[in-house]
Amino acid sequence: MTTAVAPAPADQEHDAHHEHPAWLAHHFDDAEQQFDAGKLGMWIFLVTEVLFFSGMFCAYALYRNRNPEVFEFCSTFLNEKLGAINTGVLLFSSLTMAWAVRASQLKQTKTLIGMLGATLGCAAMFLGVKAVEYSHKWSIGLFPGKFYVSQIEGAPHSTVPYLWYLSIPALILLVGFVLYYVYAFVAASKFHLRVAGPLVVAALCFFGGVKLGQILEAEESHGDSHAAAGSNAHGHEHSDHDGHDHAKAALAPTVNLLGEPETVLHDVAVSPAETNTPDSNVNQKGMAGLFFSIYYCMTGVHAFHILGGMAVITWLIVKSARHEFHSKYFGPVDNVGLYWHLVDFIWIYLFPLLYLIT
Amino acid sequence: MSVVTNPVTMPATHPEAGKEDNYLTHSSGFLSWALTLDHKRIGMMYLVGVMSAFALGGVLALMIRLHLWTPNLEPNQAWLLNKTYNQVFTLHGAVMVFLFIIPSIPAALGNFLLPIMLGTKDVAFPRLNLGSFYLWIAGAIFFLFSLFATGLDTGWTFYTPYSIESQGPVIAATLGVFILGFSSIFTGLNFIVTINTMRPPGMTWFRMPLFLWAVYSTSIIQVLATPVLGITMLLLAAEKLLGIGIFDSRLNGDPIAFQHFFWFYSHPAVYIMILPAMGIISELMSVHSHKGIFGYRMIAYSSVAIALFGFLVWGHHMFTSGMADVTTIVFSALTFTVSIPSAIKVFNWIGTMYQGTVSLNTPMVYALAFIFLFTIGGLTGLFLGALSTDMHLHATYFVIAHFHYVMMGGTLIAFLGGLFHWWPKMTGKMFNDFGGILSAAIVFVGFNLTFLPQFVLGTRGMPRRYASYKPEFQLLHQLSTIGALMLGVGLLVALLVLLHSLFYGSKAPKNPWGGATLEWECSSPPPHDNFSSAPTVGDPYDFSKIEYDPKTGSYFKKK
Amino acid sequence: MIPTFLADINDTFWFPKQASTFAHDVDWLYNAIVYISVAFFVPIVAAMIYFTVKYRERPGYKGSIEALHNTTIEVLWSVIPTFIAGWIFWQGLLGYLDMQSPPPAGTEDIKVIAKKWSWNFKYPNGAESPDLHVPIGRPSKMIMRSEDVNHGFYVPAFRVKRDIIPGRFHYSWFTPTLEGTYDLFCSEYCGDNHSTMNAKVYVESEEAYAKFLAEAIKEPEDIVERGKWLYERKGCKTCHYAGKEGSAAGPGPSYNGSWGKPVPLVKGADASGKETLFDEEYVLNSIMDPDRQRRKGYEGAGNMQSYKGQLKIEQVEALAAFMKSLESETPPAKK
Repeated sequence: MTTAVAPAPADQEHDAHHEHPAWLAHHFDDAEQQFDAGKLGMWIFLVTEVLFFSGMFCAYALYRNRNPEVFEFCSTFLNEKLGAINTGVLLFSSLTMAWAVRASQLKQTKTLIGMLGATLGCAAMFLGVKAVEYSHKWSIGLFPGKFYVSQIEGAPHSTVPYLWYLSIPALILLVGFVLYYVYAFVAASKFHLRVAGPLVVAALCFFGGVKLGQILEAEESHGDSHAAAGSNAHGHEHSDHDGHDHAKAALAPTVNLLGEPETVLHDVAVSPAETNTPDSNVNQKGMAGLFFSIYYCMTGVHAFHILGGMAVITWLIVKSARHEFHSKYFGPVDNVGLYWHLVDFIWIYLFPLLYLIT
Repeated sequence: MSVVTNPVTMPATHPEAGKEDNYLTHSSGFLSWALTLDHKRIGMMYLVGVMSAFALGGVLALMIRLHLWTPNLEPNQAWLLNKTYNQVFTLHGAVMVFLFIIPSIPAALGNFLLPIMLGTKDVAFPRLNLGSFYLWIAGAIFFLFSLFATGLDTGWTFYTPYSIESQGPVIAATLGVFILGFSSIFTGLNFIVTINTMRPPGMTWFRMPLFLWAVYSTSIIQVLATPVLGITMLLLAAEKLLGIGIFDSRLNGDPIAFQHFFWFYSHPAVYIMILPAMGIISELMSVHSHKGIFGYRMIAYSSVAIALFGFLVWGHHMFTSGMADVTTIVFSALTFTVSIPSAIKVFNWIGTMYQGTVSLNTPMVYALAFIFLFTIGGLTGLFLGALSTDMHLHATYFVIAHFHYVMMGGTLIAFLGGLFHWWPKMTGKMFNDFGGILSAAIVFVGFNLTFLPQFVLGTRGMPRRYASYKPEFQLLHQLSTIGALMLGVGLLVALLVLLHSLFYGSKAPKNPWGGATLEWECSSPPPHDNFSSAPTVGDPYDFSKIEYDPKTGSYFKKK
Repeated sequence: MIPTFLADINDTFWFPKQASTFAHDVDWLYNAIVYISVAFFVPIVAAMIYFTVKYRERPGYKGSIEALHNTTIEVLWSVIPTFIAGWIFWQGLLGYLDMQSPPPAGTEDIKVIAKKWSWNFKYPNGAESPDLHVPIGRPSKMIMRSEDVNHGFYVPAFRVKRDIIPGRFHYSWFTPTLEGTYDLFCSEYCGDNHSTMNAKVYVESEEAYAKFLAEAIKEPEDIVERGKWLYERKGCKTCHYAGKEGSAAGPGPSYNGSWGKPVPLVKGADASGKETLFDEEYVLNSIMDPDRQRRKGYEGAGNMQSYKGQLKIEQVEALAAFMKSLESETPPAKK
């Protein structure tokens, strides 16, 4: 131990030793240490994210193991085409994100903003498709848990415009971004134009996603129909009927908020012999409802992660438009990239687990 | 922060020469604290926060004990109605666990000390650090809401299905826990990254003070366990809001799954609470025995071992809840593995005193009290880990006494010991040592009087969370209540001693106790940036060069 | 209050009476761990105090800084506790397997229904009781389920505990060895009146037990008596005050002095917030469909569950007759 540690409270002394550029926080010695710290921090954060989702994967495994027939019955209500297109969109966004990281290292600002914008657009499109999926399910009463409405063939659809509700925030944002773009145009600010452009495109992509989803959903409804539920369905086979009559009905499905107390224990004790078909046993709040709980929790929490990712990508676009990144300082792009790949990765698991495995 | 982005130029001052620049005087004004990125100020704000939470939890604890003075055989004539009593014990548990014990040592003392002991200027992510603090505040506000909305009555464990049908503000409380969880995760993440990437030259892993090993192990648990609590709380909130049914037996969900999810976090959380306390004791025993720690590597490894084993034993909270027999047996076996590293630590602490030079001052008295109480806490864990005895003791006062011996006799006593130990460093003021020892003595006696009778209550069959009890238990309950009042007095004395020092305490020297770790090489209180250049790091427990200088009243390091 | 570890085995300092075959083993292991703990604790504290005194800081004394490591002793104090912990685990496991292994043949199977906040025991002959009666010297098996939230079946004198989680069955068995009356507690927190969800366990000779069964199955002849009998057995007593019995702190309205008086109702699915009369029809509706007619002031009073399928109309009639008989009694003031 030497005098080197003697108290020297002045804090500006280090400026004599190192150059501390603005992008290097005062408590780091050099760029490498800052980058390593950021990267390790992000990896640890990703570990916590994986554990966060693992809770739901455990719930999935538990209930799938307990009632495999429920999962088989319910996954027929999920449209694989929509899932597949979303998988493609997310995979593509991972590519653009990786490209963005490379562009930030090479200080290619145009490419960087373009790639970040493309990632943002893909994310918005993913959400657009998801909005179609959710709203369609809600309209036929596929709610989580106690709000689940037993699927009866030919039951009227709800007239609540769920898709509109889901689109309102995107619509507001679109209007805001367009106004921002006009402002940037009028002010002839290069910086604002560089930021506003990708935002407008991304907001439009949401509606692109909605349209795409609607086309695919319509195909699904008229071609290969969902399993028609109800007591007259035989086994798990897809029924030939079109289970989804799109005729508008005056009545929304009534939702029993109280649940039936009598079924408290019987739900568990019910044996297949007591019921006519496996489906009528499955097609109820405590069975199919549980599947949809898990479905909405997993995809919903994932969607919130997409939203979070979109927020930080927007932040990156602002920073990129200020030319902040260069070969020694691209940590934020790299770390957001890692996060984005993880969100993508989780979807890669969700898609087969929920949509494909039967 | 202006301080960070464009450093204020100030003449280099020496502590002895005129006005001193330290982290407290570096800048002033409310915003200079509220928006500070300085780990020391954040640590101090946490300290005030957790102590307030402790005071609140303590008042609730006294309410419980006073209510139990009489058997309350006529519940509607009792001081507290059953419903109120349930709310009081729920909030006592929740406030103490989530607002006090979990952040107490890592977030308050850890934040202050970790960078200084490590020899760096700050933690890796100062903004995230401040963010953690505000998340803590936000979580605390949710809790205060559920306190004033009166009616959270689920127990701090939120077991379903009761928590689903409870009328209380369960959603507010679960979201509070969710937010506090993220506060805890970010603190842990910050510490891991700091220790991994920011050690100055010479600070190898095995030159780290044991407190840092303990905090590092704690951080690993925080990062790996807390997310599971987060998702559990989110699912529980969804259960209340949307009736998703995953944990609701009426919808075919599984309440036992909730218990697994909950304890997967909450058992490791016990080690989040006790590991940093063990780290403090390692420091205290060594410094106040003026001798290096006995078996440094064993203590370091045992911290990591506890952190890892801690993940495998959550099932021992559920021995009676109807898990498969094999699962139950495996969890019991794993539970016993955790006892070994804890035992090793106790032996090593005693070994540290052997042939040393023991100064019996306040921090040391707290450390000795810790060893006494923690040993009882640890040994009584054996009764609960063994399956057949646990069948009798589960969910009785025996469990209450056991975990209070570990959590309060352990963590709280270590926290107080550490607080007294580092108080001169943190505030620059010396406290009245006699007052400190007096507080330790009252706390020690009061604590044992409170919780020893509860072991007997437990073995005699008194179930926990009961607002009324059979008259034959009254004597033991009354002893416990007297002890609790005494404990309250002792803690109040400790608080007064600390407050007194703030106003009348003499100026603290650089190294009042004779420690060899880096924090004792900064002035007291430390300067804004801790170290102007990376310090030279030696063995943290090398006392051969530490000498006392009667003139300054401080120890110093011989050259 | 003097610890008598060995003197009186049946009612020691630590434990209630040993009233089942499991109790002896549990207590034995408990005492063994107590001795082991003392054997660790006393030397630790003695060493601590001795070192504190012997090596205290004092003028003229300078301790060593050398003794920092000793492989032999460190290995010893790691390995020895490991073996001891292993032994304790093994003994605990043996005791647990005894409790978990299937009971011997010829058990008395008793169905246990736990609900907020009462116990109901159903015996093989169909009799029911709010307290538990078991024959001495013969294994009794509890087949337990919960109607609402988590509960716990705990009889300290038997050293037996089992959580009762709704949605599944839980089992527990024991062989009582000592005649007498013992406490039965609910050990899992279950809400407001968790602490009063207690019952008595009567361990009786075979003859007394048979006599109890024979009497318990008979409903009293007199209609008011029968109502009272049902009130005590069907869980009404937990929440509703009646006569001088029941929980006055319970969440439900008192029966006393209610008969024939107007009952203000909350606006609900059926009633439009008007009044109705406290009569047979009101009693029937309240029992079979409690949510339909919520009484004002009791909106949030727990969730009374429907008794549909559990009570016959004649039984409701008897309950109504019982309520009618309570006109004069008034409940103690609610605090």
